[in-house]
Amino acid sequence: MTRNGAAAVRNSLDLLFRRRAGQLAATLTRVLGIENLDLVDDLVQDAFVQALKKWPYAGMPDNPGAWVLAVAKNRAVDVLRRQGRWREKRDELERSILPALETGRVFFSTELDDDQLRLMFACCHPALSRDAQVALTLKTVGGFGVDEIARAFLTAKATVAQRLVRAKRALRDRRIELAIPAADALPARLDPVLEVLYLLFNEGYAATAGDELVRADLCDEAVRLAEMVAAHPVVGSPRVHALVALFLFQAARIPARRDDAGDQLLLAEQDRSRWDRAGLRRALAHLKLAARGDELSAYHLEAEIASCHALAASFETTDWRRILDCYDRLLALSPSPVVALNRVVALAKVEGPDAGLRALDALREEPALQRYGPRYAIEGDLLCRLGRTAEAKHVLNRAASLDASEPVRRYLERRVQSLTQGG
Amino acid sequence: MSEFMLLLHENPQGFASLSPQDIQTVIGEYSAWRERLAGEGRLAGGNKLKDEGGRWLTGGNGQVRVVDGPFSEAKEVIGGYFMIKAADYDEAVEISRDCPHLRYGGRIELREIDAIHD
Repeated sequence: MTRNGAAAVRNSLDLLFRRRAGQLAATLTRVLGIENLDLVDDLVQDAFVQALKKWPYAGMPDNPGAWVLAVAKNRAVDVLRRQGRWREKRDELERSILPALETGRVFFSTELDDDQLRLMFACCHPALSRDAQVALTLKTVGGFGVDEIARAFLTAKATVAQRLVRAKRALRDRRIELAIPAADALPARLDPVLEVLYLLFNEGYAATAGDELVRADLCDEAVRLAEMVAAHPVVGSPRVHALVALFLFQAARIPARRDDAGDQLLLAEQDRSRWDRAGLRRALAHLKLAARGDELSAYHLEAEIASCHALAASFETTDWRRILDCYDRLLALSPSPVVALNRVVALAKVEGPDAGLRALDALREEPALQRYGPRYAIEGDLLCRLGRTAEAKHVLNRAASLDASEPVRRYLERRVQSLTQGG
Repeated sequence: MSEFMLLLHENPQGFASLSPQDIQTVIGEYSAWRERLAGEGRLAGGNKLKDEGGRWLTGGNGQVRVVDGPFSEAKEVIGGYFMIKAADYDEAVEISRDCPHLRYGGRIELREIDAIHD
């Protein structure tokens, strides 16, 4: 299994501390109030640092998670005492999920999920900028460190830290409440949450650049949070299930995306027996749930496209007509240059490379695609199929010179080289 | 076989910016080092010292003066110690060399126990 694939299927025990940090922050935020998010961050961090200082000498306790939670809870009590709020908050702290967390009997706790959902809705509040929503969700709900967020998004640490400070201040100043939105406010509040999750997953999946392991973690986290939203009785609408299905269909292909040398493999070249079958089954289950009711969101169409790829027995037997139809509907529903570009691939499969090139020509002036590497990779592929080798080489070189990841760049260079030898 | 003491010096704020996941990784490395030593029968003990400066006692003029040790303002403190068994300094150095403490900005002071009964 490739490094990337192995990372993507890492089990939750490997991410115990990160998950615990997120759970702990969510519950402490409920008890202490979202205006105290800084304090919550400090308490969580302090508990983990205490573990780091003690365990190397004393050895691991039998239940590491419980140990950390007990430390954090004690610190929270100290802080509340100092603030003179202990009496007022005592019951809430005792009734909170913390005692249950300490005994380790918390998996499948809906109360715990609710804490995290409330926090996620606050972190993705429409009043915050998209960058702030993303950073705050990863930091607070996901338990990621500032450094990890910076590495995942190729941003300076100081920039991420500053975004977090501003976001927390905005939450405090605007007195944003910590609540799962009521049904009437739900659509307006749910969409930013889904958009943030979509961005997290794509950032992790696209691998344009940056630290591979952290990126696989982004995919994991997006799936985990999306499944949590989907499982909620009020919030989990069909389009949330469509989003989860989309994530899972794509994540299932990760183990086959690279060869043993770590080089990128095209969909046509992938060994489909390496796709994650269990993941595909989960994806299908969510796709079924997404089909309940008559809602048709962009996520539905994207999930359907992903399902066409994931369920085809081979590249040759892929149902390109259905995929093209999905792209046509997707373009009508939410037009975007990248969707139009992806449609070109399906169009070329159905109507031939000439039709593909003509469609690409119509996108030539599109500003968003001028420095978008995949645009030139697609054009190069179509030119190859028409035997226009010299032009193909030119655009593939251009694709490689744009901001591609190391494996993608190697792949493109390999193609250029094979054209040179072949032609 | 002689006994050696590893005094682990560290910056008291050194780990403050690690993420929970990084912390899990570091703890895993320490555990692996410690368990390997224990498995080889070379670990003779170890403890963390409390996060405070302790007390400093000085004598003179027939009086003992007691002051709080510096902690939060100190650049470096002794975080804890390990006792290990090794044939000589060379071997003790080899064992200490792998201690994760050195990979995270810490410093190790290695001292041989001068046993009364050899």
